[in-house]
Amino acid sequence: MNLNATLIAQLVVFFILAWFTMKFVWPPIVKALDERAKKIADGLTAADKAKSDLALAEKKVVEELRKARESAGDVRASAEKQASLLVDEARAEANRIIAAAREAAETEAGAAAQRAKEALRDQVAHLAVAGAEKILRREINTQVHAELLANLKQELQ
Amino acid sequence: MAGNAPTASEYVVHHLTHLNSTGHAQKNIVDWSVINLDSMFYSISIGLLTVFLLWLAARKATSGVPGRFQGFVEMMVEVVADQAKGIIHSAESRKFVAPLALTVFVWIFLMNAMDLLPVDLLPRIWEGVYASAGGDPHHAYMRIVPTADLSATLGMSSGVLLLCLYYNIKIKGLSGWIHELFTAPFGSHPLLYPINFAMQIIEFVAKTVSHGMRLFGNMYAGELIFILIALLGSTATVFGFVGHVVAGSIWAVFHILIITLQAFIFMMLTLVYIGQAHEGH
Repeated sequence: MNLNATLIAQLVVFFILAWFTMKFVWPPIVKALDERAKKIADGLTAADKAKSDLALAEKKVVEELRKARESAGDVRASAEKQASLLVDEARAEANRIIAAAREAAETEAGAAAQRAKEALRDQVAHLAVAGAEKILRREINTQVHAELLANLKQELQ
Repeated sequence: MAGNAPTASEYVVHHLTHLNSTGHAQKNIVDWSVINLDSMFYSISIGLLTVFLLWLAARKATSGVPGRFQGFVEMMVEVVADQAKGIIHSAESRKFVAPLALTVFVWIFLMNAMDLLPVDLLPRIWEGVYASAGGDPHHAYMRIVPTADLSATLGMSSGVLLLCLYYNIKIKGLSGWIHELFTAPFGSHPLLYPINFAMQIIEFVAKTVSHGMRLFGNMYAGELIFILIALLGSTATVFGFVGHVVAGSIWAVFHILIITLQAFIFMMLTLVYIGQAHEGH
């Protein structure tokens, strides 16, 4: 437990070591620490921004979905409308065709009936004439009787 | 040791004698012509190791993900920087004082940690080397804990004193500081000048002496207890052996706390004293 020149030497060593640390150790470490702190702060800011961006994007998605759903509804409604229009048109067309067909059929049937009537009438007339001819062959002149029969035929019409 | 075994008191005295430039124990309490070679060797070696380790971390310091070693050193830097920021308000002074505090902490911690090596290990190796070189092993002195050398600890506390004086003058100006020396702490009155000045001188001396003495006392006492525990083992009885193992283990574990605490206290007081130099009374 004595004092000696070790004291002075230790004092000098003390300052040399402190100087070395100040010059070569402290600045790079503190610089690295500050830089890392800045990096972390930047990272946190970026994370916050990403979070708010995400929220914004989600909102937008919901909005877009809503719009899409709406327009899909519109499309469907108009498609239904068009379809029913088409169906109506088709139905009207069909009705028209049926009516025309029926009319044509009726006309044709009427004409056929007329023709049949006329043919029948002709045959009746012929038959009557043939009958009368047979009856009246020997008596009367055919000419007068034909005249009469024509008059009769006229009346029948 | 060669020849007959030393007595207990010879053993203790041998362990507490420095290897100095004279080759034998120092006679006078204060002798500036003597230098302790062992203290200087170990403190400079450990000092170089300290700055080498710190430099190793600083060299590869990046702002990316730090490795374990870099993280550890950064942690210490942060602790010291925080303490320095709280105590010394001048950023300009901190540029030197904070690194100084870090160096002091790591350096003193490692010097203190020399106490945890077995007390006889390095001294016995030295005795062997000394004897094989033709010397008398009884004079092969070796103390491996530089902080258990009063000269070394007072050397460091004197360094802090010089820094206090430097910052007193730098911050307050020479005239401002001299004015403070005579007017604080009791006030500005011609009758109080001598009393104030005496108080200031006492304060500086007391700070410096207690600063160095506290570290020295703790480490010296710790070392002495390790020596006494080793003596217990040297009785070569069952009680001595078990006592050595149990007491040695307990004291070593407890000493881990002391070496860290004393290193931290020395660092904190360095900051506090230099911080006081920045503030007017």
